[in-house]
Amino acid sequence: MKANETLDAKGLACPMPIVKTKKAITGLEAGNVLEILATDQGSKADIQAWAENAGHQYLGTVEEGEVLKHYLRKGKDDEDQEEKKHDQTISNEELQNKLSEDVTVLDVREPAEYAFGHIPGAINIPLGELDERLSELNQDQEVYVVCRTGSRSDLASQKLAKQGHNAYNVIPGMKEWSGETKQEQ
Amino acid sequence: MIKPMTAAQVAKRVMNQEELFILDVRNESEYKDWKIEGNSIHVINKPYFDLLDGVEEIVEELPNEDVLVVCAKEGSSKMVADMLDEAGIKEVSYLEGGMKAWSEYLEPVKVGDLSDGGELYQFVRLGKGCLSYLVESQGEAMIIDSNRMIQPYLDFAEDKSLTIKHVADTHLHADHISGGRKIAEETDASYWLPPKDATEVEFDYNGLEDGTEIEVGNTKIKVQAIYSPGHTIGSTSFIIDDQYLLTGDILFVESIGRPDLAGKAEDWVGDLRNTLYSRYKELSNDLLVLPAHFSKMSEMADSGVVAKKLGDLYKDNSGLNVDDEQEFRKMVTENLPPQPNSYEEIRQVNMGKINPEDEKQREMEIGPNRCAVN
Repeated sequence: MKANETLDAKGLACPMPIVKTKKAITGLEAGNVLEILATDQGSKADIQAWAENAGHQYLGTVEEGEVLKHYLRKGKDDEDQEEKKHDQTISNEELQNKLSEDVTVLDVREPAEYAFGHIPGAINIPLGELDERLSELNQDQEVYVVCRTGSRSDLASQKLAKQGHNAYNVIPGMKEWSGETKQEQ
Repeated sequence: MIKPMTAAQVAKRVMNQEELFILDVRNESEYKDWKIEGNSIHVINKPYFDLLDGVEEIVEELPNEDVLVVCAKEGSSKMVADMLDEAGIKEVSYLEGGMKAWSEYLEPVKVGDLSDGGELYQFVRLGKGCLSYLVESQGEAMIIDSNRMIQPYLDFAEDKSLTIKHVADTHLHADHISGGRKIAEETDASYWLPPKDATEVEFDYNGLEDGTEIEVGNTKIKVQAIYSPGHTIGSTSFIIDDQYLLTGDILFVESIGRPDLAGKAEDWVGDLRNTLYSRYKELSNDLLVLPAHFSKMSEMADSGVVAKKLGDLYKDNSGLNVDDEQEFRKMVTENLPPQPNSYEEIRQVNMGKINPEDEKQREMEIGPNRCAVN
């Protein structure tokens, strides 16, 4: 799974996996994903609880034999409150009702976030890669752009609109998505 | 300088009701699941990972001296204890081996004497609320509902020069792994189990039937088996020396057993009622009830023994005072507490179907017993 950085905490006992994680995430840019490899079984619950208190986003854990791979996304202080500028929006519920039709859902979160749960059929292009990968999208179809809170998808919708796409920002996004999701690992 | 405190030292404080202030640094969900409890124990929770930047915030909530820091295994509690020490708190200690060690610690407490000079001991597993028993008479011993950690029983027997002759489980346990079979193998003792709970077991055993009498010692201390189903279909109680009633997971001091851990609540609720409201009623009110579990410290007498006379239980235990059968049925099948952690796997281990390594067995048992209807 794709991450911006990997921390090897294998063989370390509690509290070291968290102590190292805390250090490693300090050097990371907000919004980036950290992968933590650990063998301490207790690290799963602790990383999850720590991330929540520290304002980071716990994406999930993949178990590979003895090794636990935890994924964290470094938090931004005001992600939820950022002002949305793109006018054309659609609510989670409205999008849910459209999913039976052939629609394009573009998920602009990081690949690790996408992997731990996305709307079935959604295409994943992280916001940071959108400029160079625009050609992957069909110009003729409406695009429903989703992220976790509606903030990154707002920026993405603006970019798409400038390039002539008919883009809708999905509000609030995956954070409160109650419909079906798919995992990829 | 921080110091280790052993589970045995903590147990002494709990049982002697000596004050102890605990800072539990595990995550919130583990703390909510189970913690060290006692009338003289004050405990607060602050996860170690919220203290990495400093302990100033928590120091205000702590006494100036004698603080025990507790975590899952030990590492985090040492780190936090060091930080508290540097912050000026005196006599800071950490729990050696963490909650794992606490979960496994057994404290033997004498229940009373037997008519031929023998003695009955209750092994209290404070960390999990499990109670097991050792009957000794004339150099022989029988162990009932033993825990997975068999060394404390073997050491105890050796100290008192006892030969372990019999090992029994009142029923197939779902909350902890039985050490019964292992003790029997190590000591060449006979292992007893109720056949109705043993239909799927993959080892040999002696069948405990209603009326089976087991003798311990030359002067023949009688251990009478009474078929008393309800928690499991095979659940069996023991009357020892006409004085003590070992009720397994059928009847506790402040509650009664739950019938659902083998997935058959509806089928067994009638048996449970019959055992509690008819079979036990025929027994002497003077019998001292000794259960296989406790869940609240209030169930423990000042002596450290968890026990109460059968006659008093018929007065005070609300589970024995539900006249309406439908209401009783409702009480024991609806709104039950969550099931014990890993209870299905634990049953599999006790049937001999799976044999996970020690570390895995230890993890399966972490947490409270939850065998009672509350």
